Amino acid sequence: MERRETETPAREEIDVGTISRQIQKVIDDTHGKSGALIRVLQQTQGFVGYLPPPVLEIISRYLKVPLSEVYGIVSFYHFFTMVPRGRHVIQVCLGTSCYVKGGQKVLDTLKKEYNLEPEEITPDGKFSLETVRCLGCCGLSPVMAIGDAVHRKVKPGDVKGILSSYQ
Amino acid sequence: MKRLTSIKELQALAEQARQKLAERERKIQVKVHRGTCGIASGANNVLEAFLREVEARKLSDVLILKASCIGLCDREPVVSVILPGKQRVLYCNVTVDKVPGIIEEHLMKGKAIKEWVADEDAPWFKLQEIRIMHNQDLDPSNIEEYLARDGYQALAKVLTQMKPEEVLEEVRKSGVRGRGGAGFPTGTKWGFVRSATGDEKFVLCNGDEGDPGAYMNRAVLEGNPHSVIEGMVIGAYTIGNVRQGYAYIRAEYPLAIEAMSNALRQAEEYGFLGENILGTGFNFSIDIFPGAGAFVCGEETALMRSIEGKRGNPRQRPPFPANKGLFDKPTTLNNVETWSNIPQIIWKGADWFSSVGNKQNKGTKTLCLVGKTSNTGLVEVPLGITLNQLVYDIGGGIAEGKKFKAVQLGGPSGGVIPAKHADTPIDYEAVPALGAIMGSGGVIVLDEDNCMVDIAKFFLGFTQDESCGKCTPCQAGIPKLREILTRISEAKGTMEDINLLSELGGMVAEVSLCGLGQTAPNPALTTIRHFRDEYEAHIIDKRCPAGVCRSLVAFHAVEDKCYPCLESVAGYDAGGYEAFKALLPELIPDRVMEKLRNGGCAVDLARFLMTVPAQNKSCTKCPPCRLASAQMIRLLDAIATGNGNRETLDLLIELGDTMKTGSECPVGKTAPDVVLFALEHFREQFEAHILDKRCPAGICQKVVTYHTICPLRAAVPIQAR
Repeated sequence: MERRETETPAREEIDVGTISRQIQKVIDDTHGKSGALIRVLQQTQGFVGYLPPPVLEIISRYLKVPLSEVYGIVSFYHFFTMVPRGRHVIQVCLGTSCYVKGGQKVLDTLKKEYNLEPEEITPDGKFSLETVRCLGCCGLSPVMAIGDAVHRKVKPGDVKGILSSYQ
Repeated sequence: MKRLTSIKELQALAEQARQKLAERERKIQVKVHRGTCGIASGANNVLEAFLREVEARKLSDVLILKASCIGLCDREPVVSVILPGKQRVLYCNVTVDKVPGIIEEHLMKGKAIKEWVADEDAPWFKLQEIRIMHNQDLDPSNIEEYLARDGYQALAKVLTQMKPEEVLEEVRKSGVRGRGGAGFPTGTKWGFVRSATGDEKFVLCNGDEGDPGAYMNRAVLEGNPHSVIEGMVIGAYTIGNVRQGYAYIRAEYPLAIEAMSNALRQAEEYGFLGENILGTGFNFSIDIFPGAGAFVCGEETALMRSIEGKRGNPRQRPPFPANKGLFDKPTTLNNVETWSNIPQIIWKGADWFSSVGNKQNKGTKTLCLVGKTSNTGLVEVPLGITLNQLVYDIGGGIAEGKKFKAVQLGGPSGGVIPAKHADTPIDYEAVPALGAIMGSGGVIVLDEDNCMVDIAKFFLGFTQDESCGKCTPCQAGIPKLREILTRISEAKGTMEDINLLSELGGMVAEVSLCGLGQTAPNPALTTIRHFRDEYEAHIIDKRCPAGVCRSLVAFHAVEDKCYPCLESVAGYDAGGYEAFKALLPELIPDRVMEKLRNGGCAVDLARFLMTVPAQNKSCTKCPPCRLASAQMIRLLDAIATGNGNRETLDLLIELGDTMKTGSECPVGKTAPDVVLFALEHFREQFEAHILDKRCPAGICQKVVTYHTICPLRAAVPIQAR
């Protein structure tokens, strides 16, 4: 357990004791509901930010579900991530409407200007980049979401300006 | 709020709610429509501005209200203003700056500001039949507003006056078909589950709207959540032995999950859910299950696995979910929109429901009209409306005067219908006859700038990512299909590839385990069927008629943005550089001179011409060419962005000379020519950038961006026909 922990990229940020208590609370709250594992993972990601191996081990132990199965779920659903995210998560929509209206160009601009690939994080931890398949704002396409804010009709030239408004 | 324990209490409360709404009508109402799109466009700021401004002016007879999405997605934020006894007026693209104007002119003086108002006589409004979205002018977070519009009356009627068989008969009679895409008759489906043996059954709501380009379900969940809940309770009563329902909503829709959670909480509080509903002894509750981002979970067996907390892998059918579904119990899964139709079918009658639509397709359908039409957004139309009406009348035709090419229906499982079949009615028979599927309602309009090979490749890429990997045809077949498409898009395809696509596609469709694999080849198969000539153009002529596939694009200059030289570098990738180099000596004195005299910018031109030979073509062997060219581009960048000084100019000349004399071969020896030429003849332009920080031609801006698609980083592609 201890050895594994040192392997995770952001070990300083993981306080296993506190997280264990939080996870226990989440499990108590979801008691009796179906699909407890997915709910617990969703809420845990909510307060930890991501799901590194030590966290998965805690969940596996508490829910009495094999670690392989927990990993199976985490790797199956796009919502879960095992790598840390930036303070601001940039989601570039590559749904059909955004794609035909130039979402790929927005993504290319981000890749080039910020030297970021999808699923990567900037060295200062400020931004991380993800692509999504449809945020359901097709009337405003192409769209890019940063955190909860959806930016509409984004042109490649707008990207720098939008990102510069985030600290 | 005390739980309602009888129908009588419900009626009293509904009457109260109706009166409240009627009272509101006597005042001036301002309704800010707040869907996800509206909020993304700033609806919350507009709402605050109205509250602030009305407060400041002490307008006591003005009510500022919240309402749900109205479907005008590209004109958000939208605000309705209703003066007592008058028709509503819809303000589009409202910004905080416009708020004082609307208040002073319209609210205070009673005169609408015509320029900002949507024309409600336009076909966009006239051709719609608003039924499911009929509460779009109400606040979805307030259950009493739903009650005022006959909300939960259908439930009361069902629980007290109808036997389950009668409800089932009414649903059958209405002819409503599953709105998730397949169009299976809902009454028949319920009948199967009702007659299945089991003392515990489930009803599920499929809100895992994964099709890119479709967001109807999100709008219904956000805008009319109680109709979905009411439908589910009626369904539970009809099927029997159901005590628990689940609403599976995808995690990408946080606002929909919030709206639904709030609605569920209220429904429970008022006694429409939980134990002893409305005092009738009927028990049923609903829980939300937030999806975790897997497209395959829209498939029924996968969705059920997911609710069980497992990987969303589909399984073999039969047994069908009607017999063995969630936790192996008989289960019905219906789409959000199907559930939302149920209360109206019961309350207004099957005949009312089937009064619109055509022979086998009754009722209305919400559609997301997106892509290249002038108007985009969410519409609700009678089934059987033609694509022509949708694209030209409702959508207002293709934006920017481009040519209508096709519509894509049904997302990654669907296909394209070409413009020549635009008289096809949108229903569950005519659309599949052309190889597409109805799907959940995403209508993506494509114009002449969209390449069909690219669209097929896009969707295959999507299904490849989303395949769960369980069965081989889907897991191995889809990447293969995509590989062939990629080959064609890179001009490496052969005519045999088209046959291979059809054959392999047919095989994947036939033997895959679940709907994802069975429908995944559709985008490729339908584009081949309807746009075979475009595939052939990629293969035989090695060109992309729409100018999308990068390796096949030839570049043309757009007159006022580029330099005339570019007209001659068509096909830059395929030996175009040689042609370009041959033109250089000729270009410099005459055509470039002419362009510069006619308003070109020397700095920008020098930078551009420097980039092509030096950066792209230096073999990097000798340092003068390798290092100086990059350095010169940086200096030119600095000048163009207003960061240069006189020394920059001197350094440029010095570097240019060094490069000319020190380089080993003609690439390096000739590259600085353009810069030195420009400096010599148009020095005043360089100085304007440095000293006045301005570009006389108005071309250089603080941030110089180039169109990313062009390998020369300067041109804008147009059709290479």
